[in-house]
Amino acid sequence: MEISLPTFDFLVVAPEIVVLITALLVMVVDMVIGREQKGRLAWVALVGVLAAGALSYYLWDGSDPALHDMLAADGYALFLNLAILVAAALAILFSLEYTGRVGLAQGEYYTLLLLSTAGMMLMAAAINLMTIFLALEILSISLYVLVGLNRAERRSAEAALKYFVLGAFASGFLLYGMALIYGQAGTTSLAGIRAAVQAGGEPSALLLVGLGLMIAGFGFKVALVPFQMWTPDVYQGAPTSVTAFMSVGAKVAGFAALGRVALYAFGDLQGDWRWVLAVLSALTMTVGNLAALRQANLKRMLAYSSIAHAGYALAGLAAGNAQGTSGLLFYLFAYAFMNAGAFAIIIAAGRFEGATGGGETLDDFAGLAARKPGLAVAMALFMLSLAGVPPLAGFLAKLYVFGAAVRGGLIWLAVFGVVNSVISAYYYLRVVVSMYMREGRPAAVPAPVCAGLQVGVALAAVAIVLLGLWPGPIVDLARVAALALLGG
Amino acid sequence: MPADYLPILFFAVVAVVLSAIAVLMPALFGPKRPTSVKLAPYESGKLPIGPARRRFSIQYYLYAVLFILFDVEIVFLFPWAVVFRDLAPRWLGLAEAAVFVLILLLGLAYVWKKGGLEWE
Repeated sequence: MEISLPTFDFLVVAPEIVVLITALLVMVVDMVIGREQKGRLAWVALVGVLAAGALSYYLWDGSDPALHDMLAADGYALFLNLAILVAAALAILFSLEYTGRVGLAQGEYYTLLLLSTAGMMLMAAAINLMTIFLALEILSISLYVLVGLNRAERRSAEAALKYFVLGAFASGFLLYGMALIYGQAGTTSLAGIRAAVQAGGEPSALLLVGLGLMIAGFGFKVALVPFQMWTPDVYQGAPTSVTAFMSVGAKVAGFAALGRVALYAFGDLQGDWRWVLAVLSALTMTVGNLAALRQANLKRMLAYSSIAHAGYALAGLAAGNAQGTSGLLFYLFAYAFMNAGAFAIIIAAGRFEGATGGGETLDDFAGLAARKPGLAVAMALFMLSLAGVPPLAGFLAKLYVFGAAVRGGLIWLAVFGVVNSVISAYYYLRVVVSMYMREGRPAAVPAPVCAGLQVGVALAAVAIVLLGLWPGPIVDLARVAALALLGG
Repeated sequence: MPADYLPILFFAVVAVVLSAIAVLMPALFGPKRPTSVKLAPYESGKLPIGPARRRFSIQYYLYAVLFILFDVEIVFLFPWAVVFRDLAPRWLGLAEAAVFVLILLLGLAYVWKKGGLEWE
């Protein structure tokens, strides 16, 4: 008997492989270099991420190669790869000085960061329930450890435990949903499920319950209400650079898989899931924004704000049309820059002498404009963009998803979104007011800001301005990516 | 459709009945001559003294995780070794297993270097 091994097209998963090899490389280099040289690990990681980004862009040629019905390097996956790699690259730049200051083990930090990145990229490319679950676990397990990496801080350990226990629970829901879908469709391939759905006529209860459980599982990862309970504690307790990374990366990956499952595999049951997502979207943005109003701690406020943004982004998915999908993709891309950037400023503020709140409270930001005008301008840009003020990226992103919702017949959802944006302006602007119109305490002396962080913040700030003023190229890419999912 | 799952229900019923018989029969018909030793909880041949919730050295945990890791490696390598002669391009089969082992080897080197194998 002869067993012929399956051919393996390495190019399809080249970006993921590059990230994985870089992760192993960081681990090896960490073993051989001395304690003083650990800072160089970040550069190894950064080179790997940039190479993977370049490869993702290079693979973008319109064809949709797939790997044995497991992974696809279509436009959808590659576009989301770019968003994930942006988050990873920014997180690495923000970590340069922060990891040393907080005392995180750098070898493990960058290895896990890259492994998690690889998991997110695999999740965006996954076209089979098996690979979706595997990718989710790769990204989640790395994140659980990253969240608890600051061993000197009790809150960090608490956050890791909460995230792990609830995350494992959510994985259970997801698996149960997958099992039910498999039981009905007889296949784990998304294409096969799509065929089974199309052939079935009246959808069976098994399929619908399965899809519902999967929405709950992904809803946990992207922090949709009512699966958002863990978010504020975890975002606050985790090392800030990890929060910057996971608040973007995990969301992008979760939406990637949710989008593929809902729009592609269950595309013909839109009538059954659209209203669920629309209700979840409205709930999520409302609860997130109302809770954010009351937060004095900026990390906690941004955690609630990230919940609200998951709600806005979900509106694009609930719209159920090509416009909504490309809007969602653009939203995630813009969100990567503005949210990661906002956390970077918190990292920088943590170094100020006299920053009683560890750089995390509104008081620490009082009078920042006078002391660190550059940082203050960048933070103001991030806040305004998150609030959705034109002409920044956040405004266009909201415009696209709400526009798509209206076109999809969900006018009430768009109204909800706009009202919510107005509410959110209050707590975003409060930060700006604090920086520009309040006196700083004389003791709060700004410390020099690490050059890598400055570069990262500048890139993010320039990106949200450019995306707002000149969105054409990215919008075109997002449209091609959405068509790759819906058309194929 | 639910009819397709009948064998699973049947299997579950058989499992419950069989184990119920195994538990109930000795309880009903077995001779009972209790002594204090026989009534003590079974604890792998050791005398159960003290509360069960005591603290263990974290090192046991580390060893257990490492053991599982390399245990699973063997689980994957065994079937591969059995069919190795039949693999079509044999070098490719060898290369794929080599990559797998190499990654785990890196893990072992990491644990060694970080002092995970030392027991103080």
